[in-house]
Amino acid sequence: MPFNRKLVVRRLGVVGYAEGLELQKTLVAQRAAGDVDDTLLLLQHPHVLTLGVKAGESRSHVLASPDRLAELGVEVHETGRGGDVTYHGPGQIVGYPILDLKPDRCDVHQYVRDLEEVMIRVTAEYGFKAGRIQGLTGAWVAAEKIGAIGVRIQRWITSHGFAFNVTTDLDFFRLIVPCGISDRGVTSLGKLTGRDIPTREVEDHFVRHFCAVFDRSA
Amino acid sequence: MAEVVMPQMGESVAEGTIVRWIKKVGDRVDRDEPLFEISTDKVDAEIPSPWAGVLVEIRAKEGETVPVDTVVAVIGEAGTAVAAPAAAAAKTEPAPAPVAPARPVPPIAPVAPAPTAPAPPAAAPAPGAAAAAVAEGPAEGRRQKSSPLVRKIAKEHGVDLSRVPGSGLGGRVTKDDILGFLNKGGKPAAPAAAPQPAAAPQPPAHVPAFKPGDNVDVVPMSVMRRKIAEHMVLSRRTSAHVHSVFEVDYTRVAKIRQARKADYDRQGVKLTYMSFLMKAAVDALKAVPIVNTSIDGDNIVYKKDINLGIAVALDWGLIVPVIKHAEEKSVLGLSRAIQDLAARARAKQLKPDEVQGGTFTITNPGVFGAQFGMPIISQPQVAILGVGTIEKRVAVLEDDAIGIRTKGYLSIGYDHRLIDGAVADEFMSHLKKTIENFEPDAV
Repeated sequence: MPFNRKLVVRRLGVVGYAEGLELQKTLVAQRAAGDVDDTLLLLQHPHVLTLGVKAGESRSHVLASPDRLAELGVEVHETGRGGDVTYHGPGQIVGYPILDLKPDRCDVHQYVRDLEEVMIRVTAEYGFKAGRIQGLTGAWVAAEKIGAIGVRIQRWITSHGFAFNVTTDLDFFRLIVPCGISDRGVTSLGKLTGRDIPTREVEDHFVRHFCAVFDRSA
Repeated sequence: MAEVVMPQMGESVAEGTIVRWIKKVGDRVDRDEPLFEISTDKVDAEIPSPWAGVLVEIRAKEGETVPVDTVVAVIGEAGTAVAAPAAAAAKTEPAPAPVAPARPVPPIAPVAPAPTAPAPPAAAPAPGAAAAAVAEGPAEGRRQKSSPLVRKIAKEHGVDLSRVPGSGLGGRVTKDDILGFLNKGGKPAAPAAAPQPAAAPQPPAHVPAFKPGDNVDVVPMSVMRRKIAEHMVLSRRTSAHVHSVFEVDYTRVAKIRQARKADYDRQGVKLTYMSFLMKAAVDALKAVPIVNTSIDGDNIVYKKDINLGIAVALDWGLIVPVIKHAEEKSVLGLSRAIQDLAARARAKQLKPDEVQGGTFTITNPGVFGAQFGMPIISQPQVAILGVGTIEKRVAVLEDDAIGIRTKGYLSIGYDHRLIDGAVADEFMSHLKKTIENFEPDAV
């Protein structure tokens, strides 16, 4: 019998960025109080650029002018998470795990490596080998990033998480220097396979591999 | 007063960057209330205060990156004075001093904090001096402008400070002034006067390595470099190092190696002199177990496992991966283990527990051509073996003929607190004998 912890998976469809932040805030408080189980939110955001805690620094990695951004319908948000500037948009699966890492997973590096592992396994489902690049967090297929990570931890309760490109319009990444890394590109499952993959199906893989890597049952 | 340190957020996390202080100096903080935010490798974490009280001092600014366990803040009990900016000047640099230098009200007797753990001399400012630097009260007239310590001494002896001639800056009354005044005044000597550390408080000042405008590049040390530096000085201070050097004849081992190399190659393992040395060291450690120990206070801790640390030079420093349970491994197993550990050390993929728990270390300065090294012990071990370069040398053979033999020096650095010369030499003789009579079947 598995003694692993329960994981509530909530698939929310398209959620506004601010709304997503608010929901995470609530869940973190509830998780800390023990009112809810570990939760994995899977969703997509409308076009948005998000800046990490070092907002000043990350702002310089936004290449497009505010006017241009407005014209494209791209919002800009400051967040509490780690990492630099990131783009989210339709066709990209965003995962926000709200987990209590206590008592046995209190290791931030391990947590990030585990999130990478989940994305690597999901990519493998489509016959592509993703890997890690020393010093550059995320999941990479060759020199192109398919999945990004930015995490916040409060008393070992996680929020924010990962963003994985399925059918993301990669042109939007040209608005920014993704995560401050200028010499590497981005990719998506769609670009790799040349197919139009339903995000729903990829979400299924995420749930399965997330549970396996984190030893949770959905 | 309680210190807040940069927390270890994971086994492989060596440092963290302070992103934001949520509390300001002077703020009240409850235990577990968020105190500051750190960032490490794409993760930002909110760090709760380990103590309740008042944030008295912040020692690591926003944006600063510090190693794990570095003191980043000091929390005092409610009502304690807040460190004046001057405290920053008194701040001791890397080594966490045993006494918080920002203690506003030091005990009356300025006896140096009994250094149970040997403290680096520079890290422990005289308590009086530190106190003076910390909490200058508002100007109440020159004479009164004295440290809390001086004011406290004056108060306890009922002395009006304005009557005491001050020799300090701006006529300030120093601790020496007040103690001298009390002594002359025929009053019983203050207990504080007996141990007089104030006479020699000048800590060996930081000798500047360069002047502004000098033609130099200043590069911060990496975390690894700082850790090596700290550990080497700690080891020198801890152990009574003695070294001894033996010459060893590897001719027999060289032959076995030639004969078996191809076999090993086929199994993807390199058979090197180190393979033989590891095996011989394990045998010698079994024969002379005192070399496989640590000192714990007045006790000797005998390690039942032999965990062999092997120093691996890296382009960016040095790391010592550890072969656990070396006593259970064959020459093949040891060779395979070190090959794997060294490769992963160079790829920065060692797990933290693979560099911990060593009970004895081998280092190999010979690879760079050194005849022998005088290695420093890796604490808390008590000995380290240095392997000098192995080469063909002219030798006097048993029948008094002159011949060519493959030879090299082995050196041992040992802690004379525990190991006497005769014992170290017994260990080395055993090692030498094993190498010179190596059993071919064991390979």
